[in-house]
Amino acid sequence: MSTYNLTYKPFGNHAILIEWSSKIDENTLKDVVFYKNKIYKNNIKVIVDIINTYSSLTIIYKYTIKNIYDEILTLKLIYKNPLVQSEVKNYCWKIPVCYDLKFGLDLKEISSKKEMDIDSIISMHSTVIYTVYFIGFLPGFLYLGGLDKKLNFDRKPNPRLVVEKGSVGIGGVQTGIYPQNSAGGWTIIGKSPISFFDITKKEPCFSKSGDKIKFIPISLDEYQQIDTQIKIGSYQLEKELLND
Amino acid sequence: MIKLLSSGFYTSIQDLGRFGSSDIGVPVSGAMDLYSAKLANHILGNNDTNAILEITLGKCKLLFDRQMIICISGANLSPKLNNKNITLNSPIEINKGDILTFDKPVYGVRCYLSISGGFQTDVVLNSRSFYKGITDKYVLKKNDILPINVNRSKISKSFSSVKINKQHFVTTIIEAYAGPEYELLDKKQREELNKTMFTISKENNRMGYRLEELMVNKLDSMLTSAVLPGTVQLTPSGKLIILMRDCQVTGGYPRVLQLTDDAINKLAQKTTNDTFKFKITPL
Repeated sequence: MSTYNLTYKPFGNHAILIEWSSKIDENTLKDVVFYKNKIYKNNIKVIVDIINTYSSLTIIYKYTIKNIYDEILTLKLIYKNPLVQSEVKNYCWKIPVCYDLKFGLDLKEISSKKEMDIDSIISMHSTVIYTVYFIGFLPGFLYLGGLDKKLNFDRKPNPRLVVEKGSVGIGGVQTGIYPQNSAGGWTIIGKSPISFFDITKKEPCFSKSGDKIKFIPISLDEYQQIDTQIKIGSYQLEKELLND
Repeated sequence: MIKLLSSGFYTSIQDLGRFGSSDIGVPVSGAMDLYSAKLANHILGNNDTNAILEITLGKCKLLFDRQMIICISGANLSPKLNNKNITLNSPIEINKGDILTFDKPVYGVRCYLSISGGFQTDVVLNSRSFYKGITDKYVLKKNDILPINVNRSKISKSFSSVKINKQHFVTTIIEAYAGPEYELLDKKQREELNKTMFTISKENNRMGYRLEELMVNKLDSMLTSAVLPGTVQLTPSGKLIILMRDCQVTGGYPRVLQLTDDAINKLAQKTTNDTFKFKITPL
């Protein structure tokens, strides 16, 4: 893996911010995730959490950092150490989405404003394999990269008070799935029966940074079937191991 | 157990917070004023990690079903036990059937009630701190019952109350470090941040405090990055938002300041229309 030019700076008195050059880029993400996993592998007791985003890591320490330069040096050595490998497996998840007008509340609006028929919108949205950059905003909300530029669509001027859990939306250059009922300003194009955050599970969110997402269009009937299967616990989400 | 006869303005169970789940988008949470919450536990000989009750701005009424020892620290919300005034920052013996009430704030905004052994609500992702969608409840309601695990009901040795520094509640200085995007501010903006007496708007809660004053701002939003409790964001409109314990894990506004741990605790004891100045330490 190539070495990037990183900057390290204190973020308050018990966190360190590591930054790559600011961009949405798959190779940067790979390096970010790789570095994060290496730090976790070193099992440093005073590190209680690591937040990764598009092009940064924030390392959170349990106590006030006494000597910031020592901690930064420790982190730099971990980054450079070729012996520490990351063994985290990433998957491509096949997410069923029903783009029926019953759920695709704003499909007609996008279709008329973009002068594209609804079928092309659906096909464009479900052909791409999206990259999971990180999770933020709400528990289980995936920041996905890869939306076709032709589908970029501004947020609604007046956000809906309730967007239903599972709704698939477009907000500017991003696309994503609402993991719970929430107020939201994204244009809604469909709905998935899959739960992206289930606190009753040992791992509440199945996906993580570095995974891929592929949307599979399903009919209203299939939506109901899968929804029922999920409720009785017989549904198995399809996934593929990403070999890298 | 303890029963809520009246829930008050905003009452919840908190501890030191939820760490290690930020990668699935789960906020830290935890007591807004960790200093006072820890004090309430220390006075009873509890661990720092024991869960406490966070009561905001009073109007809360509790019924106890057995003997136990409690301690109240943080804001003075005029606590009364069976209609008699009680001392803050001191262990208090409770008998079966006792009623504890909180009324108007004398100073501060949030008070902390600890019980020996701590509250025993469910541990979810390594913490008992309430948060919507994570714990069963995110705020307590009338008639809710709080599970406890009483391991002591008598005060073992004579214990006078701990003297606290009132400055914690009345100071108008909020200390902060330069944030990751501080260097993007021009000289005039830095001066404004340093000199302005800021006012807390009515939009202040466990997620964040919005300030009233408008800053001149030409900075754009940035690529979404990590935020922490105590991060001060400068929004495109020029308003500042200080993120608090229940804040999201990521955000897209420039992070101009980062409050010290102590400053977060002090701010947690302030509310609508309170004013303060930042004291900025360059990193």
